[in-house]
Amino acid sequence: MKYEEFKDNETLELFKQTGGNVFLTTVDGIINWGRKNSLWPLTFATSCCGIEMMAFGGSRHDMSRFGFEVYRASPRQADVIIVAGTIVHKMAPVLKRLYDQMADPKYVVAMGACAISGGPFFTNSYSVVRGVEHVIPVDVYIPGCPPRPEALIYGMMQLQRKIETESIMVKRDPIKEYF
Amino acid sequence: MQDFKFNIYDLSSFTHWVDVSLYSYCTPFWAMMWEMIIIGVAMLLFYAVIGLFLVYAERKVCAFMQNRIGPNRVGPYGFIQTVADLVKLLMKELVIIRKSDKFLFYLAPFIVIIVNFMTMAAIPFAKGIHAIDFNIGVLYIMAISSMGVIGVLIAGWSSNNKFSMIGAMRSGAQIVSYELSVGFSLITMCVLAGSMQLSTIVEGQSECWYIFQGHIPAIIAFVIFLIAGTAETNRGPFDLAEAESELTAGYHTEYSGISFAFFYLAEYINMFIIASIAATVFWGGWMPFHISGLAGFNNIMDFIPPFIWYIGKTFVIIWIMMWFKWTFPRLRIDQLLTLEWKYLLPINLVNIILMALIVLMGWHF
Repeated sequence: MKYEEFKDNETLELFKQTGGNVFLTTVDGIINWGRKNSLWPLTFATSCCGIEMMAFGGSRHDMSRFGFEVYRASPRQADVIIVAGTIVHKMAPVLKRLYDQMADPKYVVAMGACAISGGPFFTNSYSVVRGVEHVIPVDVYIPGCPPRPEALIYGMMQLQRKIETESIMVKRDPIKEYF
Repeated sequence: MQDFKFNIYDLSSFTHWVDVSLYSYCTPFWAMMWEMIIIGVAMLLFYAVIGLFLVYAERKVCAFMQNRIGPNRVGPYGFIQTVADLVKLLMKELVIIRKSDKFLFYLAPFIVIIVNFMTMAAIPFAKGIHAIDFNIGVLYIMAISSMGVIGVLIAGWSSNNKFSMIGAMRSGAQIVSYELSVGFSLITMCVLAGSMQLSTIVEGQSECWYIFQGHIPAIIAFVIFLIAGTAETNRGPFDLAEAESELTAGYHTEYSGISFAFFYLAEYINMFIIASIAATVFWGGWMPFHISGLAGFNNIMDFIPPFIWYIGKTFVIIWIMMWFKWTFPRLRIDQLLTLEWKYLLPINLVNIILMALIVLMGWHF
């Protein structure tokens, strides 16, 4: 979705399933503000996109400005899993397990062509999963092979905007929504 | 206390007035209860504020060490970043581990927090702001602060996870070893102070801080205390208990949401406690910087409130601890134990004898 459309209030209203009353929207506002400003990613990188993800944390494209820099190695404490790289059939169950181990609310960012669709391995590969969406529900796709850190920043900001539209009244079930 | 007659910031008369008026209005039991409640609420607020601020400070210091900017999107200079973290952690799911020991699993973070509170009770924050003034204050702090490892061990055991277990065992080994060094370096200073009561220790530094009074052995004891204190808080180059590259997150691998936040907070408050003990015993606590003989200079220093002195010194030491956390790589467990048992402990034992000699001969300032 384009930034102009996303900034538009009407589009945001479409995302909100409930109109909401004053009290609930205030509570929603506080909770969503907390959630979107401390998205702690899981330390998870399977190939070259991981290098770009590290550059995202480095001093030039500093991810800590947004409060994202607390990489948690334990999935219990992570909020978002950035699938940075190729997922092969042997890795798929591990990824599924990591996703299941994460505590709600949890988000998935598919970073790079491999995670979106298998990318360069889309044809004639016996081992690569054609897109991480076959295993776990994805919130934001970031195209590129690999995407530049700026693209990752943009993707994470899109995820922040997506979180802004959530409401505590609607139980979020990404698996049901997605599949 | 020669040139310390004039102190405008003495709060002991105020606390004494609160005490007397409470006892005159209530029965002794309820007066004591009210005092406990007041102190508890004040400590709770202080605990939360310091914990939130230290997490923010750590992230900023880390960012500056690595030539980054650090959190700056939430509030001015990202100042309420940790509030956002807290909101998120409060709203996060608590994962229930099916094959864990559930009672102990949920008990462990509280043990760590309670131990923190008990230690903070004995720390002198300013003149008159001191919850309990034991005559064995140093011994009490030593005894209580090492109880935190019980919470860590329970967390590691009850999670039923091999990473947690290894992390907790490492933490146990580490704290048992380094507690010796912390204790001995504090004993060195107690030899100089001639007292274990923290208020007496602070008042004894009204002319000159103990790190200057005890010159060589005091400086050695201070360095050892900093190293061992960092090891005791499971931080910095000694964070073997939660070595991320080996043990995912160590003893709190299985904790999510707010129970993880308790461990996270307790780590920072532990650092604050270690730093404030170091500030109190070596750098004079809330005592302003005095040079004996320079009355004018001392009077100017007295105009800075004692609480500012205390917080300032504590944060300088915290900053040093953060500095070497983000500078040195993590030690191996055998290197860690070698450092303690082969180097720090013998140096410390010799240091105590040296200090005793200096005190006996009157070679200190």
